[in-house]
Amino acid sequence: MANDMQVQEGEKPVFYLTEDHHPEGSTNLGFWLYLMSDCLIFAVLFATHGVLGRNYAAGPSPADLFDLPLVAINTAMLLFSSITYGFAMLQMERNAKAETLFWLAVTGLFGAAFLGLELYEFAHLIHEGAGPGRSAFLSSFFTLVGTHGLHVTFGIVWLITLMVQVSKHGLIAENRRRLMCLSMFWHFLDVIWIGVFSFVYLMGVLG
Amino acid sequence: MSSHPHAPAREDAANTHHGHGHEAGHGSLKGYMIGFGLSVILTAIPFVLVMAGTFDSKLLTAFLVMALAVVQIVVHMVYFLHMNPRSEGGWTMMALIFTLVIVGITLAGSLWVMHHLNANMMPMSPEMMKNMP
Repeated sequence: MANDMQVQEGEKPVFYLTEDHHPEGSTNLGFWLYLMSDCLIFAVLFATHGVLGRNYAAGPSPADLFDLPLVAINTAMLLFSSITYGFAMLQMERNAKAETLFWLAVTGLFGAAFLGLELYEFAHLIHEGAGPGRSAFLSSFFTLVGTHGLHVTFGIVWLITLMVQVSKHGLIAENRRRLMCLSMFWHFLDVIWIGVFSFVYLMGVLG
Repeated sequence: MSSHPHAPAREDAANTHHGHGHEAGHGSLKGYMIGFGLSVILTAIPFVLVMAGTFDSKLLTAFLVMALAVVQIVVHMVYFLHMNPRSEGGWTMMALIFTLVIVGITLAGSLWVMHHLNANMMPMSPEMMKNMP
């Protein structure tokens, strides 16, 4: 209505676009919605494992296959990477670029250690003849844990990208927003891993 | 008559948006350390329960493992993901609740339906199983 009036008065029409005032305000919510959709992917994979997790096809069961001390170390790696990412965010708040980069690097190393242990476990299982084609249990196991591992892989790629960005451009508003999104992604993956080690490994070994 | 009746309103809107933009998700060192400590404890207990076989009852152990997992997920949400009912005007919490409902339907529905499907299958003898294609 106001615009019509101004056009009639022969002025240049003015549009009140408030979008460009808060580019970061909606990013967090949008990224959170993405994480929730990702959560649904994992819910479906968990449900699949819940249905197929006892179908061993006369093959090895979780108690035969899973090495719980290794899983415990794996869990510790991911938990350490979560807290070190928290330290990186705290350093970002203090505007300390070098410290932020240091803690991001530590996070990346813990993430890589997690991934290395998981790949070792997968290689070990496949070498023992317990590959994804052995039984329905192993198919759903490899799909669920593999999807989580793939997320961690892309998280590390994203982390390295952001480390390059921060070292080149510093802790500018754009990089802060990106680090915030990766923070949510990284902690979300740790939340999913809680479900994996409880439901897949511990409950599996329990029988 | 004023030629810019909406100008003050626009400023107000911009101010409130700026006020909201920075409140989401900032932790403190204390918060992270509390979350980390709780997570370590909540991870160690289920591993010890299963690896040492503390309880004879599998059902009790399974219940404890899943209950501790739920508690730890809440701890991560609060101390690491900084969830609170006020961030983004409550919309993150709304999205989370909606997702939890869908996740609950997916998990419970799948297990329920597939369990009944299994239970209603024709019983098979080992000989029939052997002759299966």
